[in-house]
Amino acid sequence: MQPLIELEKRQVGEEAWEEPFFLNMGPQHPSTHGVLRLRIELEGETIVNCEPVIGYLHRGIEKLAETLNPNQCILLSDRLDYISSVANNVAFALAFERLMKIEVPRRARLIRTIVSEMARLCSHLLWLATHALDIGAITVFLYCFREREWLLQIFEKICGARLTHGYVRVGGVRRDFTPEVVEELYEFVRVFPERILDYETLLDENRIWLKRTKGIGVVSPEKAIDLGLTGPSLRGSGVPYDVRKFRPYDAYDEVEFLVPTGKNGDTYDRYKVRMQEMRQSASIIKQCLDKLSETEGEPVLSEKAPDLLLPKMRKEVCPMLTPKGKVVFRTRKKEIIPKGEAFASIEAPKGELAVYVISDGTDTPWRLRIRTPSFVHISAIPYLAKGHMIADLVAIIGTLDIVLGDSDK
Amino acid sequence: MGVERDTIEIADGVKQIPGTPVFITKFDKVINWARAGSMWPLTFGLACCAIEMMATGASHYDLDRFGIIFRASPRQADLIIVAGTVTKKMAPVVRRVYDQMPEPKYVVAMGSCACSGGVFRTYSVAQGCDQFLPVDVYIPGCPPRPEALLHGLLKLQEKIKKETKRWGFWR
Repeated sequence: MQPLIELEKRQVGEEAWEEPFFLNMGPQHPSTHGVLRLRIELEGETIVNCEPVIGYLHRGIEKLAETLNPNQCILLSDRLDYISSVANNVAFALAFERLMKIEVPRRARLIRTIVSEMARLCSHLLWLATHALDIGAITVFLYCFREREWLLQIFEKICGARLTHGYVRVGGVRRDFTPEVVEELYEFVRVFPERILDYETLLDENRIWLKRTKGIGVVSPEKAIDLGLTGPSLRGSGVPYDVRKFRPYDAYDEVEFLVPTGKNGDTYDRYKVRMQEMRQSASIIKQCLDKLSETEGEPVLSEKAPDLLLPKMRKEVCPMLTPKGKVVFRTRKKEIIPKGEAFASIEAPKGELAVYVISDGTDTPWRLRIRTPSFVHISAIPYLAKGHMIADLVAIIGTLDIVLGDSDK
Repeated sequence: MGVERDTIEIADGVKQIPGTPVFITKFDKVINWARAGSMWPLTFGLACCAIEMMATGASHYDLDRFGIIFRASPRQADLIIVAGTVTKKMAPVVRRVYDQMPEPKYVVAMGSCACSGGVFRTYSVAQGCDQFLPVDVYIPGCPPRPEALLHGLLKLQEKIKKETKRWGFWR
């Protein structure tokens, strides 16, 4: 907040002696997508300054992960960005696989790509539902949840859970797809593109929607990079940065897809980017399903994958040479996770999600750092909101697609 | 009195004088019936469970058919669904929102975190929202399925229907 000098000027120097008007939005507010609190300084209805206050959902996931073994960490990651759990699972699993140098079988990689894209669809559908609901289009909410419910039912058939899946594990995935799931996914990708048209007819040319989104929260490409925006929020400004293209993980190097970008960098363009991304996701799922039939019967878990319950400490007897030339046998601690550091970043639905692990040889990570997109995006709210009306703030929060569980960790 | 003899019992505890639109029942019964049939929860999402709460309210599970309509303001709500992890920073806010609600008010703890802290046994998480709220119904699960939430709300309706004399100044 810069306003101390300005505050003084307004209180003393100006003719119209006026104190700034502070408004507190949240943490209990239906349209802040969780427990975000904003301290807003207003002049009339125009936002002069806006300060996000976060930490209302800080659960200490990074610290908690230091007491858990890799497969248990993955279950924690479900609760990070709870709208697209599997994407977080993949990021964690990738980091641990790079640390342990485990090669994932191709079938598992394809399955992971499919579930990641399903998570992206879930996330974007929920984003569209709540974003439209905040702006005033309630019908879209009901339509979006219809398809989301279908996706969740498929997820349930895959792994037995609706929201917090924990489906991915270090070295592969927990269960193979059943033929029934593959069939239903084919049906889904056949029907889904038509459903996107449904949403677009509701919104694309809606006069109110256009007025509420066009020219709201404009970011130039350079500023977007400076602010650290990633994912659709960055691509809306016209920067074609996508981790899936730049550093392909899983099976993204095998599939063909476009990276949609916007032009103006406003809320409407970011909406268009996400709608296009949903189409691309459906096409990625279809391509992966076609490839999945080639790998029928192959394993979905690497042979080197660690057990779900790792031993706390393992000792091994090893011969050692003393300086006098004698051979003595000593016991020493055996490394369970190899010592070292690993970094993995993926394109989560909200932006770039990165995980950095340091291991000291025990069964738990010594330090686990998570770079979450929502945290960075929240820091862009003051820039985007400045000069807009207070009603547009809701659109700006919506367009950045933030989740507070993701940001506060 | 002759009236007592002529009435017919049309439902449990509700009597009607035949041929007239006159019903005889207890005051408790009418009030509880009205309350149970129109529980308005507060739109108050904290974490993951809020997404399942939204899913329950949306097209597929449709809470509206039970007379449960989400209200955005605590002053119009009868029920608060604590959906998600309550951190120590959030706990005073939840309590304050609860205090703003008019009587009679009910609390549903949705999910393991709200029931007992769940997996988050850490420095920043309140171990269950019953530490600062009087919880009526606990719904375990991480997150509970929408069916589980519906079941919990129906249990709350049953509970409301059993209340006695929770009206007037002397409640």
